[in-house]
Amino acid sequence: MPERSSDPGGSSFFAGSGDMASEISQIADGDVAVLEILHDLDPGQVDDAVAKKRLGFGFWLASAWFFLVLVLALLAPLLPLKDPLVPVGRPRQSPNIEFWFGTDSIGRDIFSRVIWGGRVSLVVGFASILLGLAVGGTIGIVAGYYKRRTEAFLMGSMDVLLAFPALLLALVIVSFTGDNSITNVVLAIGIVSIAPIARLVRASTLVFSQREFVTAARSLGASNGRIITREILPNVLLPVLSFSIIGVAVAIVAEGGLAFLGLSVPPPTPTWGGMINDGRAQLDNHPYMSLIPCFIMFLTVLSLNLAGDRIREYFDIKEGAL
Amino acid sequence: MSRKVITTAGASGTPDAATQLLDVVDLKTHFRTERGTVRAVDGVSLNLDRGRTLGVVGESGSGKTILSRSIMGLLPSRNTVRQGHVFYEGVDIVGYDQNQMRDIWGAEMAMVFQDPMTSLNPVMKIGLQITESLTHHLKMDKKEAKATATALLASVGIPEPVQRFDEYPHQLSGGMRQRVTIAIALACGPKVLFADEPTTALDVTVQAQILNLLAAQQQERHMAMILVTHDLGVVAGRADEILVMYGGKVVEQAPTALLFDNVKMPYTEALLRSIPKLSHRSHTRLDAIPGRPPDLVNPPPGCNFSPRCRYVQPSCLVQEPPLMSIGTTGQHYRCWYPVGTPEGDDALARNIAAAGDEDVAVAAFRAAQVAVGATPQSLDPPPVAAPVPGGTRPPPPDRTQPTEEA
Repeated sequence: MPERSSDPGGSSFFAGSGDMASEISQIADGDVAVLEILHDLDPGQVDDAVAKKRLGFGFWLASAWFFLVLVLALLAPLLPLKDPLVPVGRPRQSPNIEFWFGTDSIGRDIFSRVIWGGRVSLVVGFASILLGLAVGGTIGIVAGYYKRRTEAFLMGSMDVLLAFPALLLALVIVSFTGDNSITNVVLAIGIVSIAPIARLVRASTLVFSQREFVTAARSLGASNGRIITREILPNVLLPVLSFSIIGVAVAIVAEGGLAFLGLSVPPPTPTWGGMINDGRAQLDNHPYMSLIPCFIMFLTVLSLNLAGDRIREYFDIKEGAL
Repeated sequence: MSRKVITTAGASGTPDAATQLLDVVDLKTHFRTERGTVRAVDGVSLNLDRGRTLGVVGESGSGKTILSRSIMGLLPSRNTVRQGHVFYEGVDIVGYDQNQMRDIWGAEMAMVFQDPMTSLNPVMKIGLQITESLTHHLKMDKKEAKATATALLASVGIPEPVQRFDEYPHQLSGGMRQRVTIAIALACGPKVLFADEPTTALDVTVQAQILNLLAAQQQERHMAMILVTHDLGVVAGRADEILVMYGGKVVEQAPTALLFDNVKMPYTEALLRSIPKLSHRSHTRLDAIPGRPPDLVNPPPGCNFSPRCRYVQPSCLVQEPPLMSIGTTGQHYRCWYPVGTPEGDDALARNIAAAGDEDVAVAAFRAAQVAVGATPQSLDPPPVAAPVPGGTRPPPPDRTQPTEEA
């Protein structure tokens, strides 16, 4: 690299010449050597100067709570919990050393029931959103990519689906299928989630399919299927996945709603919504029976929302960074 | 510095030299919009042989990008009218559907896009973006494709290609990214490469490197290249032939040397005049072309360029000049008062004399409008009946009398 000339006149940028105009004309002529020197001098080319993005304390706290619930629910059969289905003690006990969250109106351990109930909530939350992603995602990406009649038809049917009140639709599906097995609950909430996910994916697809790298892929002879799976899907997936974390939270609440109405998994299997409903009659004298499952559900949904929001922001790649 | 003169290989090298590689005949590309039909490309003909470079020059909105995409058939089919013929190795590909085009895209024709920031998939490693088309078109296996891709990256001047193979586009600088897009475009050995303003989005210091790279690759692979740009300086040393577009039409076309020595079209001259010169003192006002590119929905009657032309005469507003050719030199132009001819010099001298302090083109156009009895469309200062040089009006080169409605 050439030394900066030390003469105080300072008219020369490079050593060994004083004539700015001839330097510029050299550059204009495409003198590669000079170009490379300019490159070396340009500090803007140096990477690493970007500040690291952080997820923040709130995110880690929320994730910690969620993973605690997740691990407890997963390990429920292995943990030394009391049987959640049969009375194990005196009914209506307030929280104490033996029964951490107290007992319900027929003497079942609320702590154990909350953990077992978490299994139902989490399975329903994740499975229904996965179902929604698989079906709604496919519909959205196909509609957004092919446009025209395909889009009109697919998004038209999504609008029909959206026209039903969500809870009512879920109710109809659950009561139509007869037995309230967990599969049916998942099916009901999954179907309800299809339309919003399809709209989100379509919107995202519309944006990405206009991008030049899609035209570039086409100009290299990529087929439509290839463009969808290799070019658009990976780009759409990121925002959609972070959105679906929030979707899981909504699905958990929806399951709680169904359970509260007695349309989720039938008793005696514990569910958070069902427990809130069970404690309803005792709200005056023994509020903990409803409030504890309420609070657990509240924290879980809140943690999913917080984490989901943060992840969405984190992956929200600005145009300039591409 | 030294600019490589691209040697045109003789016809002996190629087996089927009889058919031209690319022959575009009267290509039209119109878009139907709510405002009306936009004639983005309006009857362009060109031809290109192996190893040759064609420079397509024009300002924004002249249709040069649409032209290259239309030749490749990359435009959305909705509300687009594409007429004319594109003969590729003797076969007309205008009627081809997407499936047929897919065999041509990548393997026969490829494109380098303007902005490497957006033409690479941000979530895919660059190696994968290159091997994609190798495994797809050339049916290579993974290992072979990776070796080829690494070699390609090296050949376009990317240091440490093995390491770069596993990097994402955002980890590279703009110039490096454009090298990657060039490597991707070259992967399947296309015979025609479209470079759509390949250096516009890049740092000035990198532009020359990228252009030299394109020229070197073209020479090595004996490819034909269409270099689309708004910068005459870019094509000056690199194209064999230059095609100047204005308002969707070819206004001048000539072998490069001939064009710069013997400009005929006032638009080309105006483009050349607008390039700042090193000999100018600093703060010299740029000699910009007044006005805007023509409205492609309602083009002005007569010559498209007349509202901005320093040579404009009343007859220019009445009759559109055809594409005229000068003998067999290969130079074509579209003008009634070509630069450097007695009529042209005469017209310019007259306009300069009449303009006074005003911009020559603006004043001359207003005078011409008054002369043909059209309502002046100019928005700025209401027409102060510019002095029509009495008696000196030349006989219109065309015989038809102006029957233009006011």
